[in-house]
Amino acid sequence: MSIYDKIFPPKKYTLDNGKAVEQKRSRAPIYVIFVLLMSYISVKVTGFDPATLAKRGNQFFVILSRMFPPEYGYFNNIVNPILDTVKMSLLGSALGSVLCLPFAMLASTNICKNRFVVAVMRLIFSIIRTLPTLVSALIATFIFGLGTIAGTTAIAVFSFSYIGKIMYEEIETVDMGAFEAMEAMGFNRTEAFIHAIVPQVMPAFLSNSLYNFEGNVRYAAVLGYVGAGGIGLILNEQLGWREYPNVGMILLVLFVTVFIIESVSRYARKKLV
Amino acid sequence: MDERIVKAYESRPKDWIWQLAIAVIVIGLLIWSLGAMETSGASANGGKMAINILNGIVHPDQELLFNLTKEGVPYLLVETICIAFMGTVVGAIFSVPLAFLSASNLTPKPVAFIGRILIMIIRTVPAFVYGLMFIRVTGPGPFAGLMTMSVTSIGMVSKMYIEAIEDLDTKILESLDAMGCSTWQKILYGILPQLMPNFASTAIYRFDINLRDATVLGLVGAGGIGAPLIFAMNAYRWNEAGSILIGLVVLVLIVEWISTKIRVKLTRG
Repeated sequence: MSIYDKIFPPKKYTLDNGKAVEQKRSRAPIYVIFVLLMSYISVKVTGFDPATLAKRGNQFFVILSRMFPPEYGYFNNIVNPILDTVKMSLLGSALGSVLCLPFAMLASTNICKNRFVVAVMRLIFSIIRTLPTLVSALIATFIFGLGTIAGTTAIAVFSFSYIGKIMYEEIETVDMGAFEAMEAMGFNRTEAFIHAIVPQVMPAFLSNSLYNFEGNVRYAAVLGYVGAGGIGLILNEQLGWREYPNVGMILLVLFVTVFIIESVSRYARKKLV
Repeated sequence: MDERIVKAYESRPKDWIWQLAIAVIVIGLLIWSLGAMETSGASANGGKMAINILNGIVHPDQELLFNLTKEGVPYLLVETICIAFMGTVVGAIFSVPLAFLSASNLTPKPVAFIGRILIMIIRTVPAFVYGLMFIRVTGPGPFAGLMTMSVTSIGMVSKMYIEAIEDLDTKILESLDAMGCSTWQKILYGILPQLMPNFASTAIYRFDINLRDATVLGLVGAGGIGAPLIFAMNAYRWNEAGSILIGLVVLVLIVEWISTKIRVKLTRG
């Protein structure tokens, strides 16, 4: 960025003791211009128009107001799907976060000395993480058929990449002293890993897995839209039939469920760290 | 020597009952969730389907991938970037007042609590519900997608903003006070420099996520790359789906790489 300093020379101050100090000009104008330019292009492409928002903004609340009061009698139809959603996310998160561990080991430079393997593993993690969950769910429904298995697979795939990335970063920051000491004592690498590295990364692993599970409950609600089971299925159905009081009830149940799970998991995570 | 080791071992906290209990609960929960696994039973030709999908992704539709008209992948990607960018900007703007209201070190406890509940409610509603609501306002198209992105961004962004505000170093404000600065000067030199890097970093991170989540909007016809992708998949046109997916994956990887660079620079100053 030295070109920038040449065009806008730094401000010079002369201190009382005669020394001259320079303060570089703020870079803020570049960022502001960049953001404004991007906004301008985005507004052109998407047709963003605040006037429409101001004029028709009240339309947003039409559906919302029809959801109140929620149809409480619909609760009995919701219990099973919401439990399905929780089960899907629980199983998917557990599967994904356990399966990713060996791969996370291979992707951390301090455990796996082969740089090629590390690079390939990281690339795999990145590509899987980039794949939208909805797309993996749709693919899973084609392979496993409609139903909760497809949703569980999609959640497992996402958890695999998410926890995998966090874990290899975590494994890389551990204290290697204990690992080397155990190797020196004659343990093989796997044993040394289990006894020296695992206890160090365990709290972070559990805490992140719980966090991932929390998020997945919310995510699983969307998956039903492509037929991957759970609450999204009836949510989509009721929206289609414009039964908004029922939709309101579904959202209420979803909110309460997410709230309970988040509170429990936050408490557990505080205990862990 | 041995005695001391044995003693040290014996004096370790005995929490195996607690650990066993947790293990039993977790395994119990997992077995309980196995009960929900069901499928409509289309798995007979699932293997063949998987091969078809892989085949399509490996042999993407090149014409679509490099087609520069409005139907081509490049234009769809640009549209998706624009939706995600503007959605993030609008969402971040909405989040600022919400975050200041819900920061427990600035506002009284009840207000902060209500603010947090509101943020949680906003976060819980799935994106496609917002999509349907906004289509009533703006009609189908990228505008609706942009608004949906902005509302779904509010949850995470304002949560991170609250944390940034609660971590404010008040000593700086006190020293500015001692120097006789006005309120405006305190905000300009005491608060903004502390918050700006954090706010910008959060917004960039959310832009990443929004780009990845933009496919969801396609479900409700709210623009972006999602709709063509899902149409192609539902019609079993795997070559088309493959080319769209490749475009999306490459774009997200590039953006992620750039945004990580910027965020590292922001946090290190």
